[in-house]
Amino acid sequence: MKKLLVVLLAMLCVLTLAGCSNGGSGNGGNNEPAGDGTVTVKLGGSGPLSGDAKVYGEAVRNAAQLAVDEINASDSKIKFDFKMEDDEADGEKAVSAYSTLFDWGMQVSLFTVTSGSGAAVAASYDEDGIFAITPSGSSTALVYTDSKNYPGNFQMCFTDPNQGVASADYMAANLADKKIAIIYKSDDVYSAGVYEKFVAEAAAKNLNVVYKDGAFTDDSSTDFSTQLTAAKDAGADLVFLPIYYQPASLILKQAKDMDYAPVFFGVDGMDGILTLEGFDTSLAEGLYLLTPFAADASDEATVHFVKAFQEKYGEVPNQFAADAYDCVYAIKQALENIDYKEGYATNGLCEDLAAQFTSMTFNGVTGENMTWAENGEVSKAPKAVVITNGVYVSAD
Amino acid sequence: MTFLTYLISGLALGSVYAIIALGYTMVYGIAKMLNFAHGDIIMAGGYVAFYAFSKFGLPGYLCIILSIIFSTILGVIIERLAYKPLRAASSLSVLITAIGVSYFLQNAAQLMFGSDTKIFPAMLTDGSLKLFNGQLTISYLTIITIVTCIIIMVGLTTFINKTKIGKAMRACAEDKGAAQLMGINLNTTISITFAIGSGLAAIAAVLLCSTYPSLSPTLGSMPGIKAFTAAVFGGIGSIPGALLGGILLGIIENLTKAYISTQLSDAIVFTVLIVVLLIKPTGLLGKKENVKV
Repeated sequence: MKKLLVVLLAMLCVLTLAGCSNGGSGNGGNNEPAGDGTVTVKLGGSGPLSGDAKVYGEAVRNAAQLAVDEINASDSKIKFDFKMEDDEADGEKAVSAYSTLFDWGMQVSLFTVTSGSGAAVAASYDEDGIFAITPSGSSTALVYTDSKNYPGNFQMCFTDPNQGVASADYMAANLADKKIAIIYKSDDVYSAGVYEKFVAEAAAKNLNVVYKDGAFTDDSSTDFSTQLTAAKDAGADLVFLPIYYQPASLILKQAKDMDYAPVFFGVDGMDGILTLEGFDTSLAEGLYLLTPFAADASDEATVHFVKAFQEKYGEVPNQFAADAYDCVYAIKQALENIDYKEGYATNGLCEDLAAQFTSMTFNGVTGENMTWAENGEVSKAPKAVVITNGVYVSAD
Repeated sequence: MTFLTYLISGLALGSVYAIIALGYTMVYGIAKMLNFAHGDIIMAGGYVAFYAFSKFGLPGYLCIILSIIFSTILGVIIERLAYKPLRAASSLSVLITAIGVSYFLQNAAQLMFGSDTKIFPAMLTDGSLKLFNGQLTISYLTIITIVTCIIIMVGLTTFINKTKIGKAMRACAEDKGAAQLMGINLNTTISITFAIGSGLAAIAAVLLCSTYPSLSPTLGSMPGIKAFTAAVFGGIGSIPGALLGGILLGIIENLTKAYISTQLSDAIVFTVLIVVLLIKPTGLLGKKENVKV
């Protein structure tokens, strides 16, 4: 009986392995020179296509593929050959994904989708001189470390600290007379990072912060009655929530239960609150949130992108998708600017693209007049949206 | 007035802890074991109520009854399958088994319902009571929680003191061997204890999930640990002790959060526990046991 089991297990293993290799093959793609003056660029990237964070990886892959298909179908001289590897949002797997892509001959990269993976391969991209721009890896570790700047590594999304600064700036410009309370998650790098920068910038902008000790941790992320009572008691009429949408949904509910109705203000982690299963969206009415992308915006680029994405994949794109879409078009624009063509000196490509990125402005679906700093961080105006009747509406 | 708000929400939190602590304390008193899976029975009860309400659209009270029935059966099954065969084993084996059952339930829930947090619907009541010209707002849920806790305490004390089964339970707690000699069926009594504890866990689940409307496979672990602490605090094995421990714990936790630090509240709560145990090792209302040699 035991032997039979072993044999069965062995067969199962072989079958699964065969399944994997089937999926992986046939994706090589040759860089064939074409006679009509077009040039094909090998665009790589890795992200979680399986596992817990696969929603993010799939959004990036789908949107990048959409952009690549659009460009390849157009009369652009630059064509892309796109390959995305699975890294399961894991640093070690990202390193092997990077090796696979490097062997494939990747010339330009979408870097990684998540911060943890990106931090593991940031130095490799720098050493090998491959230009990389991440759609969504928001940690600063992707573009520079304390001692070293990676000149060829760029970001399309805001860095965590920048969101804090941008939120304070937005409040100073539009909600300056409010008394502000902050509730944040102290054991989360993202939340604590935004919080610290926000507090510093709020002080610089003379914002009236009346309560800033509303910290909670993973173990105490269900009961917010004390923080809310303290905020109410301090007279706060704006509560800043630099946290993910799940605990935020509890805060909104508990605030309503105690008849406390300040303006709530979130950052990009709040994105997704309306799609939370079972969430009473009326609780989020009037909630401000800072996001680079609003799918219902009426500008031409966004309308086109949302429509094309929906037709192809049957769902509304999120900000990860939008950032990835912008990455591909920004790379295309930079390649056109440096007049990339057949026989271009490959070893100078990364520096030339980096020089382009730090000097050009780019208009995409996640913002207009984007520019990049030497350290690879993006500068774009965050869009504030207000949830009105259950949908995002631009705040201005 | 703010102090009163903190006090009332602490009282409500403490009431939930007390209801959960009852499960720990009764099982400990009678079977002399720590049922670490108790917190996960809360979670299971929460999921049953959630699916009954949001997927099958049953009315609130039916969901609660269903949840109680399910949890009761689950508690008894766990006792029969996992703990009963170990009745004669060392207490360490039983403890490890209990931890194992706890992880089994958590992972089974993750497999069945997914690891994402679900929003628990308002199945009991919404809205709040306003007093003193709106200066004090108490949600109806808070009142229901506190009242439920009182009813359960009174009911349970009567049950333990007046009924035949209650007397059998007390006899088992006092001396298992003698109780069996007197014709009390030990296994039935322990099963009934588990059934009552698990049924109470389901009530706690609905109260907990309604107050903090989120539901995840690890829902029960933190309240479980806190309630266990409350049971030890009040004197494990003692029913009034569980009530006192739970309510004190809830109030201390909320007041520390409010006036000292939101981040240090757990540290302070457990420091209080250590101090109490140093001064009174059996807990606040625990009985001193004379071990005869």
